Amino acid sequence: MNDRLLVSTRKGLFTVSRQARRWEITAVDFLGDNVSMTLADGRDGRLYAALDHGHFGVKLHRSTKTGWEEIAAPAYPPKPEGYEENDMWGRPLNWSTARIWALEAGGINEPGVIWCGTLPGGLFRSADHGQSWAMVRALWDHPKRKQWSGGGADLPGLHSICIDPRNSQRVWVAVSTGGIWFTEDGGASWTQRGEGMRAEYAPPEQINDPIVQDVHRLVQCPAAPKRMWVQHHNGIFVSSDEGRTFTEITGVEPSTFGFAVAVHPRDPDTAWFIPEIKDERRIPREGKLVVTRTRDRGKSFDVLTKGLPQSHAYDVVYRHALTLDTDGIRLAFGSTTGGLWISEDQGETWVGVTHTLPPVYAVQFA
Amino acid sequence: MARVVFTSNIQRHVICPDADAPGQTVREVLENVFAKNSQARNYVLDDQSALRKHMTIFVDGQMVRDRKRLEDSVSETSLIHVLQALSGG
Repeated sequence: MNDRLLVSTRKGLFTVSRQARRWEITAVDFLGDNVSMTLADGRDGRLYAALDHGHFGVKLHRSTKTGWEEIAAPAYPPKPEGYEENDMWGRPLNWSTARIWALEAGGINEPGVIWCGTLPGGLFRSADHGQSWAMVRALWDHPKRKQWSGGGADLPGLHSICIDPRNSQRVWVAVSTGGIWFTEDGGASWTQRGEGMRAEYAPPEQINDPIVQDVHRLVQCPAAPKRMWVQHHNGIFVSSDEGRTFTEITGVEPSTFGFAVAVHPRDPDTAWFIPEIKDERRIPREGKLVVTRTRDRGKSFDVLTKGLPQSHAYDVVYRHALTLDTDGIRLAFGSTTGGLWISEDQGETWVGVTHTLPPVYAVQFA
Repeated sequence: MARVVFTSNIQRHVICPDADAPGQTVREVLENVFAKNSQARNYVLDDQSALRKHMTIFVDGQMVRDRKRLEDSVSETSLIHVLQALSGG
């Protein structure tokens, strides 16, 4: 089990550690700075923290034996002279990293490989522990990439990266909005995945088009990689064929709207979600913060409330702000209103660590 | 040589002392400064080498207008201020 949790927030990176009796904040790094994402690389113990300094741009830091060092942030290639490309609002699309929205360690057989997803949609790969980055041009140059549009932000954002534990050349990514994309040659070529998802906000003729799907979060079961779960803008979808086709899960109380999803590392049928009322009312229903859990591939759900506030709770949990440990026992999530909860029994009971953090963007056990 | 003064707020993230550098345009002066302080470059310029969205530059009290190419001219005695724009909040 993991005894350390990294909490990326609007105002710093907080380390929360398991003490004898409870979880406590034991370290604060980058206090005052916007930490959009942190990666704990389980292969070598290195940490990577993505910072957004606003005026001064997006930066990336890597842990050292004594602290942190700034390393290269993924940078977009020069836009060809005379090349024009507008975003969905008609404004010139700036080929420049606007946010780091995904960081994932490569396969166990490729130490030092890190994948990075960004706004406005670029995917990057490092082969040297983040010392240098190369854009995955085949995806950026894919003609359909220009159909991606803003979902979670004004610009398209690549927020989920799943590396096949059986073959690290096979990678799935998800874009808000742009659906799911798959490579089986390490990024040299890409195809769209995600048939069966439904976008109720799209014009009728586009509802089932995989590229308009607003995937909020894509996760893959490490022990059974054919199983993928999606928390989508208008529902929950599950795939049993590596994301080729999805089935919608309906009839889940209190709702199927949300941002985050976590799947058990060994049991592909078990997944957790944190529901909000709906896209236009992004708050827990009746002010009751709950976690939903299925153990049977979405046929039924438990509504988990023990230890969670059940009145006047308006916490929203972003897509990277729910996680579980490598054993699938401990879960944690953080909210936009600074709440942080941890469960040590797969969500049956929760303990509030603090309610006064800055807005939480991401959590990860380390 | 022109003198370049960086906002004090940038110093918390990257060492960026005032610097004297040659050049006939803002671009030339800045690139000469960044040649000796490469880490500071991407705090001021974006991936396309344009001025970052919420940064601004004044040359002798006048805000530069060419934010992309930075071709506003400077003189031997110009004072260049690299600042945050208030638009960034």
